[in-house]
Amino acid sequence: MWHDALLVAGKDLRIELRSRVALNQVVPFAAAVILLFGLALGPDRSVLAPAAAGLFWIAVLLSCVLATQRSFSLEVADGTRDSLRLSGLDPAGIFLGKTAAVIVQLLVLEAVLSVGVAILYGARLGGGAVLVAACLAATVGLASVGIVYGAVASGLRVRETLLPLLFLPVAAPVLLGATKAWDEALSGSPSGGLGWLSLLAAFAVVYVAIGVVVFGPLLEDS
Amino acid sequence: MRRSKTLRVVGLLALVGIAATVWLGLFVTPNAVGFPDGLVRLLYIHPPMAWVAFLAYGMAFLSSLLYLWPRTRDPRFDRLAGASAEVGVVFTGLTLVTGSLWGRPTWGVWWTWDPLLTTTALLFVLYLGYLALRRVPGEPEAVARRSAIAALIAFVDVPVVYFSVDWWRSLHQPQTLNFTGRHLFVHGIMAWTMLLGFVAFTLAYAWLTAHRYRLAGLAAKAEEEGLAVALHERRSEARVLV
Repeated sequence: MWHDALLVAGKDLRIELRSRVALNQVVPFAAAVILLFGLALGPDRSVLAPAAAGLFWIAVLLSCVLATQRSFSLEVADGTRDSLRLSGLDPAGIFLGKTAAVIVQLLVLEAVLSVGVAILYGARLGGGAVLVAACLAATVGLASVGIVYGAVASGLRVRETLLPLLFLPVAAPVLLGATKAWDEALSGSPSGGLGWLSLLAAFAVVYVAIGVVVFGPLLEDS
Repeated sequence: MRRSKTLRVVGLLALVGIAATVWLGLFVTPNAVGFPDGLVRLLYIHPPMAWVAFLAYGMAFLSSLLYLWPRTRDPRFDRLAGASAEVGVVFTGLTLVTGSLWGRPTWGVWWTWDPLLTTTALLFVLYLGYLALRRVPGEPEAVARRSAIAALIAFVDVPVVYFSVDWWRSLHQPQTLNFTGRHLFVHGIMAWTMLLGFVAFTLAYAWLTAHRYRLAGLAAKAEEEGLAVALHERRSEARVLV
C-alpha cells in the first residue's frame, strides 16, 4: 500500500512539476483571493490583522477545491482512470498517494500565502510551531476529504459545480479549528491553540481512514 | 394493494394528528408566562420537526451503510436513503424557519451563531449537496454507490461540526443559548400536545418517505420497461417496412 502510494504521489507531483498548473494557476488564484479580501474589508490594518487567520484559511479552502479538481482532471483525460484501476495498484495506496500529492502542493501554497498575509494584512507570524502543526493537520484533513469527494464527482459532467458544494460544508470544522489555532498563535498565545490542533488531527485521522476504506468501491464506479 | 392501504391509513393518521396538534396548540393549551405572546406554541411543532430531520438523516445513513455492506446490498436501500434524506432536507428547512420565528421575538435576532443552529444550517447545505449528487444521472449502481459514500461522509461530519462549533462559541461568549433555562414547565395538556406533535410528525415522515420510496422504485421500473417498450416499437416498425 505504501509503495503504491509513493508511486502515485510521485506521478502526480511529476506531472505538476512539468505542467506547473498549481504553481501558475492555483497559487496566483489564492493570492488574488487575499488581495480581494483586503479590498472588501478596507485598508485598515486594525480590521485586517485580527481577520488574517480566517481569511487565510478561506483562501486555502478555495484553493483546495481547485487542487483536488486538478488532481482528478489528470485522471479523466485519456481514460487514465481506467488504466489506474487496471494497474493492479492498491486502491488505498492510490488514495494515499493522490492525497499526499495534494498535501505537498497545498503546503507550498500555504507557505507562500502566509507570507502574503503577513505583508498585506500586517499579521505577525508568531508561535511558529503551532502555525506549522495546524497547517499540517488541517491540510491532511482537507486533502483527504477533497480526494474522496473528487473521486465521487470525477467523471460526472457537473463535477466543477458539484465538488465545491459537497466539499465546503464538510470542511467547515477544519476551517474553524485551523482558524482558531492560527488566531491563538498570531495573537501571541500559541498554547491556546493546542486543543484545536487535536480537533484537526482527529478530523484528519477520521477522513483518511474513511478514504482508505471507500476508495476501492469508488474507483470501480462509472 | 394491502401495502398501499396501510400507507393510506398512516397518511390519514398523520393528517389527523397534525390537525389535532394545530388545534390543541393554538386554541386549547394555555399561553406560558414569561414568553412573548403565543410564542410558546412553536414548541408543539419546532422540536418535532427537528426530531424528524435527524431521524431522516439517521435513516439515510443506516440504509446507506446497508447498501455499502456487500451482503445486504440492495437497490431498495439506496432508494430508501434517497427518500429519507429528501424528507430530511425539507424538515431541516422547516426547522430553520420555525427556529428563526422563535429567535426574533425571544433574542431579538433572526439568527444567532449557536452550536445547534449552526450545525443545523450546515446540515442543510450538506444534504442539499447529497441530493444534488443523487440527481446526477448515471449507471444506477454507480449512482447508488457514490451517493451512499457521500451520505456516510456527511453523517460522520455531523458530530464533528457540532463539537467544533460548540467549542468555538463557548470560547467567544460563555452564555450560549440555553433551551431549557427559561424554566418552562411543560405540563398537563402542553406535554400531551407536544407528544402528539412528535407522533404526528413522525407519521408524516413515514408517509412522505414511503411515497418517495415507492415513486423512486416506479421510476426505476419505468426506465427499465421504457427501454424495452421503445425497442419493441422500433422492431415492429421494421417489420411493417419489410
